[in-house]
Amino acid sequence: MHDDLDSLEAQSVYILREAYSRIKPLAMLWSLGKDSNVMIWLAKKAFLGRVPFPVAHLDTGLEFPETYAFRDRYATEWDLELIKDACPPLEATDPTLPHNSRVAARKTLGLKEAIARYQWKGVIAGIRRDEQATRAKERVFSPRDDTGAWDFRDQPPELWDHFAADLPDGVHMRVHPLLHWTELDIWRYIQRERIPVVPLYFANAENKRFRSLGEIGITFPIDSPARDIEQIIAELEVTREPERAGRAMDHDSEDAFERLRVAGYM
Amino acid sequence: MSAVALATAPKTASLHSGRAFPIVIVGHVDHGKSTLVGRLLHDTDSLPTGKLEQLKAVSEKRGLEFEWSFLLDALQVERDQGITVDTTQIWFTTRQRRYVIIDAPGHKEFLKNMVTGAAQADAAILVVDAAQGLAEQTRRHAYLLHLLGIRQVAVAVNKIDLIDHDPVKFQAVADAVRKYLADIGIQVQAIVPVSARQGDNIVGPSPHTKWYQGPTLIGALDAFAPRALPVEQPLRLPVQDLYRYGDKRIVVGRIESGQLRVGDRIRFAPLGREATVATLEQWDGNVPRPLLTVATAGESVAFTLDEDVFVERGALASPPDNRPLDANRFTVRLFWLDKLPLRKNDRLTLKIGTAERDAEVESIVETLDVETLDSASAQQIERNGVARVILRVRPPLALDLYETLPRTGRGVLIRGPQIVGGLVIESAATRVSTDITTVDTSVTVQERIEMNGHRGGVVWMTGLSGAGKSTIAMATQRLLFTRGRHVAVLDGDNLRHGLNRDLGFTDADRMENIRRLAEVAKLMAVNGSLVLVSAISPLQKFRDMARGIIGDDFREIYVKADLATCESRDPKGLYRRARSGEIKNFTGISAPYEAPTQPDLTLDTSKPLSLAVTILVEYVESIFGELPWHPDI
Repeated sequence: MHDDLDSLEAQSVYILREAYSRIKPLAMLWSLGKDSNVMIWLAKKAFLGRVPFPVAHLDTGLEFPETYAFRDRYATEWDLELIKDACPPLEATDPTLPHNSRVAARKTLGLKEAIARYQWKGVIAGIRRDEQATRAKERVFSPRDDTGAWDFRDQPPELWDHFAADLPDGVHMRVHPLLHWTELDIWRYIQRERIPVVPLYFANAENKRFRSLGEIGITFPIDSPARDIEQIIAELEVTREPERAGRAMDHDSEDAFERLRVAGYM
Repeated sequence: MSAVALATAPKTASLHSGRAFPIVIVGHVDHGKSTLVGRLLHDTDSLPTGKLEQLKAVSEKRGLEFEWSFLLDALQVERDQGITVDTTQIWFTTRQRRYVIIDAPGHKEFLKNMVTGAAQADAAILVVDAAQGLAEQTRRHAYLLHLLGIRQVAVAVNKIDLIDHDPVKFQAVADAVRKYLADIGIQVQAIVPVSARQGDNIVGPSPHTKWYQGPTLIGALDAFAPRALPVEQPLRLPVQDLYRYGDKRIVVGRIESGQLRVGDRIRFAPLGREATVATLEQWDGNVPRPLLTVATAGESVAFTLDEDVFVERGALASPPDNRPLDANRFTVRLFWLDKLPLRKNDRLTLKIGTAERDAEVESIVETLDVETLDSASAQQIERNGVARVILRVRPPLALDLYETLPRTGRGVLIRGPQIVGGLVIESAATRVSTDITTVDTSVTVQERIEMNGHRGGVVWMTGLSGAGKSTIAMATQRLLFTRGRHVAVLDGDNLRHGLNRDLGFTDADRMENIRRLAEVAKLMAVNGSLVLVSAISPLQKFRDMARGIIGDDFREIYVKADLATCESRDPKGLYRRARSGEIKNFTGISAPYEAPTQPDLTLDTSKPLSLAVTILVEYVESIFGELPWHPDI
């Protein structure tokens, strides 16, 4: 064990191996963002160069062209078993949700459909505690009933890296191997491991870049001159802006994101 | 105020890398934990832009004055009820280092969430209300910190403004806290008078407590040492999985203590197989790395062995000469988190490292009152209770004492899909080493005993037809079976349809009938079963012969009922047919029955049958259930 990134990596590898050993069938969500690229990298570390389960992109059809190009290139280069089913349309989402949340909720529905279609018992997702306050309350192994709902009032205890993985029928497990990482950890690891990311994370000619990458229309770039990873890291070390400031769905209302998550959003 | 000066000091970039030091904030509900977290973030200048304004808006919306706790109480239910439901984490940076704060709920309803949070920490801040002093959950949390292995604790005596910054009142609370913590084995690092709401003694010294000479809360935190990884301890590596890539068999797991080097001879408990580490495997990705030859505690490793020994998930690797204990009965201290209480004889799953075993609560030694620290005997452990318990597992499990190697000396109890308790191993009966080298070809009696959790044996039930032998045998079998015993019934009547169908009821045939019955029972007992034989076996010489065949594990049980009772029951109509002469040589009517002169146990069936069954079950458990333990625990 040499430094803090090694210890973060070791913990994630441990979690991924636990999930793979104990939950079948298993799949990993690939949002194509920086975190899920790190997650795929960690899976390759855990399983010595291969990803032994399908990797699913919940496709709303609204990703940036650069994002799609990235997906198609690296799905091949990384030898991934890619699933890219289309998410249900906006009309299928809860109409009482604010608009931006509804756009995001398409992914929730897409995930539900995929779980039913492929009978996954475990879904690995790249959320982190420092991203968002409700995500901070998550468990590493987080059981969901068949509606995908998150029962945050009664989460199972988790201690000393023991994860209860036996699931009743109709329940699937969300596995969160990056929960303990921070945004800065992610970039430092991307830098160290030379992990490719979608170029939209780097500033364009107008000094705009995406800090958190989502769909067209509900994700917005920030003002930043950071043109490479080193500059991004330098920027993050002093910034006080929250990471998801450019995510419209988080800011529709006080509990907008909590409602999304309770209903099964990642 | 100096707090402000400190807060605006420029941060150096290097503080943002390096491991975030995990601290947990615990204490009774409403003593101000979440407020303290808000204050820490604010005064260390760690709040994101807009957060303060957002909190103000959220507070105003609820008609409250500014509420720091809304920073962490992210869930709507938490903000609406003003309590923390689940543990959460947030990062902040002092001039010294980066921290991740784990905020744990104080309400007793959410103790499992507190435990989940606290188990991840290297150190703790115990928050105590200055006006209220130690409260129930303060004590419980402190006790659990100790049990969870957290040895570094600072106490924040909060709301010091509410006792007018009075040094005498503060000292009284501080003394009580110090004493309690000392009683449970925690040496407290600092006891700081603070006001989370006003910011006293958080980052800078407060002008209101000039009488206080100790560190500020941040000062106390910065003095904590990071938990050292047990690199110098003996190797312990619970096997997580095995991957087969082409010809390679790769063992994976995390080193919990010690080091693993290429060329090391290692042993896998519990089977005791040994092999030498051939390679340490890694995937380099885009960064070429030198060949791995050594890995240390905390690392998740993948390695191959020089020979193809049998290894599976749950095995525990160690040096051959510095092994874990191999135990199937041990004393643990546990905390219980489930709504359903834990009772004697409850069966659950015990997980230590990656090994899981069926475990049974042999006895509840004592429960602990966290208020008074008094122990008491108890029939069951209620939710949130702490107790000392003796557990049995089968087959035996490789483990360490918590005192020696904490990471392999602790575990969790699982019931259904959930973790319901945590425990640390206090003592374990060590078994005589039984490295199994012939497991593929034979299984010893001792191994069967350890696997089953009891010896095999024969319970020979004699009595008149209709006395209740079969009924008692069947009910007893059912009960023993549900307790997980390997049990079988041999019914004399049933055997006459098959194995003994060539035999009649002459004296010689009856003798042969008993001989065969005894031989079969013996075979089954030697193979580990508890055999309940139900056979009239009317003469003492028959039963003596059976005892001679079976040996020490034979018990003679007299199922007692007088002839008139049996004849009035006549469940199969046999007495009627015997009286009419239709059946010859019928015991009690036309053939003699010799009641045992010295039975090992007599069951009187004039009492309710359920009583006889209870007595017999207890008897069988007491005779065959006890393993030949070493009596040192």
